[in-house]
Amino acid sequence: MGLTGLEIYKHLPKTNCKECGSPTCLAFAMALAGGKASLDACPHVSDEAKAALDSASAPPIKLVKVGAGDWVVELGDETELFRHDKRFFHPAGIAVLISDTEDVAAKADAFEKLEFTRVGQRYAVNMAAVKCASGDAAKFKAAVETVAGKTKKALILIAEDPVVMEAGLAAAADRKPLVYAATAGNYEKMVELAKSKGCPLAVKGKDLEETAALVEKVTALGYKELVLDSGARETSKVLADLTQIRRLAVRKRFRPFGYPAIAFTDKDDPREEVVQAGVYLSKYAGIIVLKAFEQQQLLPLLSWRQNLYTDPQKPIQVEAKLYQIGDAGPEAPVYCTTNFSLTYFIVQGEVENTRIPSHILSVDTGGISVLTAYADNKFSAETISAAMKKAGLDEKIKHRKIVIPGHVAVLKGKLEEASGWEVMVGPREASGINKFAKEKFA
Amino acid sequence: MAVEIQKEKYRSKVGEVVLGATREQGGTRSHTITVGGESALPYLHFEGEIPNRPVVALEVWDMVPEEWNDCFKQYYGDVFNDPAAWAKKCVDEYGADLILVRLKSADPDLKGSSPENCAATVQKVLGAVGVPLVVIGCGNNEKDNLLYPVVAEAATGENLLLGVAEQQNYKAITSACMAYKHNVIAQSPIDINICKQLNILIAEMSTAMANRIVIDPTIAALGYGIEYSYSIMERARNGALQGDKMLAMPMICNVGQEVWKTKEANLPVAEEPGWGEQEERGVMWEAMTATAYLQAGMNVLILRHPRALALVKQNIADLMKSNSY
Repeated sequence: MGLTGLEIYKHLPKTNCKECGSPTCLAFAMALAGGKASLDACPHVSDEAKAALDSASAPPIKLVKVGAGDWVVELGDETELFRHDKRFFHPAGIAVLISDTEDVAAKADAFEKLEFTRVGQRYAVNMAAVKCASGDAAKFKAAVETVAGKTKKALILIAEDPVVMEAGLAAAADRKPLVYAATAGNYEKMVELAKSKGCPLAVKGKDLEETAALVEKVTALGYKELVLDSGARETSKVLADLTQIRRLAVRKRFRPFGYPAIAFTDKDDPREEVVQAGVYLSKYAGIIVLKAFEQQQLLPLLSWRQNLYTDPQKPIQVEAKLYQIGDAGPEAPVYCTTNFSLTYFIVQGEVENTRIPSHILSVDTGGISVLTAYADNKFSAETISAAMKKAGLDEKIKHRKIVIPGHVAVLKGKLEEASGWEVMVGPREASGINKFAKEKFA
Repeated sequence: MAVEIQKEKYRSKVGEVVLGATREQGGTRSHTITVGGESALPYLHFEGEIPNRPVVALEVWDMVPEEWNDCFKQYYGDVFNDPAAWAKKCVDEYGADLILVRLKSADPDLKGSSPENCAATVQKVLGAVGVPLVVIGCGNNEKDNLLYPVVAEAATGENLLLGVAEQQNYKAITSACMAYKHNVIAQSPIDINICKQLNILIAEMSTAMANRIVIDPTIAALGYGIEYSYSIMERARNGALQGDKMLAMPMICNVGQEVWKTKEANLPVAEEPGWGEQEERGVMWEAMTATAYLQAGMNVLILRHPRALALVKQNIADLMKSNSY
């Protein structure tokens, strides 16, 4: 991330004492540059050198944590502008707004229902933003208490009056909520509050320029657990600001923007809000706060978050096993394909469309597609027949017929030999399954 | 420290493709639609031009789409058996920018409609609406290759967007587009190299056609591999801006078709009580899929649900506002 071994070497004691485990200081510097060692291993490095090296080798965007316990939300520490260049690391926090003038308890109960199970994974709206709309410190405190009592998830406290914020923090400081927000008018008191309670602090300017200036004032007071708000609220402006913050942090190492950013939707219609949030999620928001509260509105947003933050270099797999589609019994047809999730889901969708209850055997190919796996010998007569045995097909299925993808028709003979089953050659593309099934199984 | 706004300087831009033709131009459309032309990443107006907003088509079939979710009946039920009336409703009531006609009935496994019948359907739709049309075949290559010349001839002068050309099957459709002056959809299977290769093959048949290609990079729905197609699309658009001419075409994607195959769009509440109301869930699944692809550089979106269309058009209007510093 910047420093070369030689640049690091300049800051080391150059005594070659070997106490760090490396034979020389230069070797240690090289290991540091390659990320294979930590500066802590050197007992003699001066504090000045340490500070210089720490700031130079610090990640372009700081990792900031909000919340406590199982629901800590880790934000930032991103290094890319495009996920295809490496990956995005820390999924954005998605927060829904609870105002202290509404029925807080009912809202907090509804908030806890914004958890979903989809394709075997748990998704949740993982932050609740409690906002002081009443202007009343006691009322805000009560609202924070109520929400904190009903959920273990991470909290954001929204109040610009430090007196109100202090009251809110009195109810939930141990939950390490995000304190929103320090502004040009209140930052000294807000920093003091956040610092004394050890809570992360949002810094809100009225534009990028003011935000950067404010961050510098806040860091000068010795606090760096920050989240940025450029103040923009219109879709296109927020997109531009989030892009600038990310570019300046990653490409220019512009320190005032080296923190995760928070975005707020400004639409009144919850569906429009979710679409707006989809834009911010795609382009670099670390936290998105919205008012939408319905399951059918939030599930799509959470799904996009899950998809966007997957590692592009790691093929996503489904569990390799025998899947039941519909009410499939021992007489139902059996298809086989790989455990590459894209392939599997496409085949599953097409098999569902046939409306004929069926089984799909997903063979472990390490998550690669049919033709690639075939070329790599991972989708072969041996691996398929082994998967058939492992899944207990002989016991579970009465007939002895299995459908293989048309692209690997050449496996028919060998697989029949290896498994003792009759092998039916299916269509080359999943889109042909419906027609195939109508002809063979209807 | 002063904030120095980061503006990328790109070497090139995305080509423009004009869809439709007015009477003066030899067609019968009330207006034309230009797509592409951007010299910046999606909606970063501060660093380049986004001269044409993305457009949204609604999908019309030439036969009753039995497999569509029941929730569509309240919008299209009265026009499902009349493609011309269906198209008109999409434009007049729901605000579609253009219409995609899918000649589904030509499929030999369905009705096996003749090329002449299909051409007549296209002409009826052309007569019913003034917007430019996208016309695509039934998906059976052999049959589609018979359709293309007949449909292309019947719509001479209308400057259709005709699809789809694939790496293994691009000659018949490209010839039809060359002969009758239409644009072509070049479809590649979520693969940037095949995408380029196909564009090269089409350009080799006719250099004029190189400026009449709209790329269909093939997309997956949200939750079903959207991140793959999203990244392919981001890479293609970056490539176009950095000067790769064979990626510098506008892009089209079939959002509705993919989304309305998914469980998330279709499952009734009774089967997944924790997922919320079915119809709105489908609408949001479609809108969120479209939202993501707009951020990757999509120029033409094909949708099915009128409520998703309204949300997407609002998002486009918001994104087209200047964000210059």
